[in-house]
Amino acid sequence: MMLQEKPDIGEMIMHHTSDAHEIAFESPFGGALFTIHLPQWEPIHIGKLVLDLSPTKHVVFMLLAAFLVWLTMYLTGRSLQKQREAGEAPHGLASMFESMVLFVRNDVAVANIGHGGEKFAPYIMTLFFFILYMNLLGLMPWGATATGNLAVTGGLALTAGLTIEISGMRALGPAGYIRTIVFAPPGTTGITKWLLTAIMIPVEVIGKLVKPFALCLRLFANMTAGHFVILSLLGLIFLFGTGPALIRWGVAGGSVFFVLFMMALELLVAFLQAYIFSLLTSVFIGLMQHEH
Amino acid sequence: MFQDTAAAATTALNNNALLGAGIGMGLAIIGAGIGIGRIGGQAVEAIARQPEASADIRGAMILTAALIEGATLAALVFALLFKLL
Repeated sequence: MMLQEKPDIGEMIMHHTSDAHEIAFESPFGGALFTIHLPQWEPIHIGKLVLDLSPTKHVVFMLLAAFLVWLTMYLTGRSLQKQREAGEAPHGLASMFESMVLFVRNDVAVANIGHGGEKFAPYIMTLFFFILYMNLLGLMPWGATATGNLAVTGGLALTAGLTIEISGMRALGPAGYIRTIVFAPPGTTGITKWLLTAIMIPVEVIGKLVKPFALCLRLFANMTAGHFVILSLLGLIFLFGTGPALIRWGVAGGSVFFVLFMMALELLVAFLQAYIFSLLTSVFIGLMQHEH
Repeated sequence: MFQDTAAAATTALNNNALLGAGIGMGLAIIGAGIGIGRIGGQAVEAIARQPEASADIRGAMILTAALIEGATLAALVFALLFKLL
């Protein structure tokens, strides 16, 4: 089949990665099998602020991920309880998720927060599984990556930032918390001390703001970049679609091979980014808890 | 005549923005490549010297690589904004 017009790869990539008000189930042979049109509600006005709260594709997949987290944890908990009452060792689903939960609790939360890390373990585990499910849903056919949306990762980073700061305030007390911002470097006296303290105040404040900002951007960029690479590789096929047969088949074969490789890599990245988000959150919580 | 010049100037500006974005992305990747390459190399060296500490070294390696990656991806996202704007 010869292509009539020059394909717009950029538009295709944006269409696949950006948010939409409909979920299209596209057929592999062209066209859509069926499309779910999500309802569009009237925007809410709060003063000058206009909020459009109608559900989008990413919202649907985020809620699906949340539901899946609840479902797996509920089923795991139920089967674990049954097996415990029967006096058996955990097996099946319970055993599988127990190993993951133990890894996140012991090697991510407690190992990096230090003593008192157990009370943050539920939050860290929720972050890990929620992000993991959102990442994996993006790799499913017809799926959408909710973590490939700055609003979603920004919201996650906001909760992480608030947890870091508020837990720090509670652990250090008001005076101790102020000392993490207004801080005289040790070994300085007189004018140097005052000057360095004044210089360090904005640096410390920026440092506090950069942590959640970096968390947000890292997750967003990683998930989006992977999809960009996959879609660009697939787009190569259409760019070379008008060439001679040898080039067409060669490019198509090469693209599909690399896309397969990138998909396997994306599977790794989905786990790695969930791990890194929870790891960095617990490292930052630990830094604030033990600031002395 | 004037409109032609204005259109040409806009096109040139867009092209220059794209060129700048491309160069910026490349520079960011060079830095990240050097940084993460050094982390990986040193970590492998450390594990070879002291295999029993490999779990700790791997954790520290991933953490540091993630920090470098964060800065790089920030650069890439801002470079991508030039393409979109």
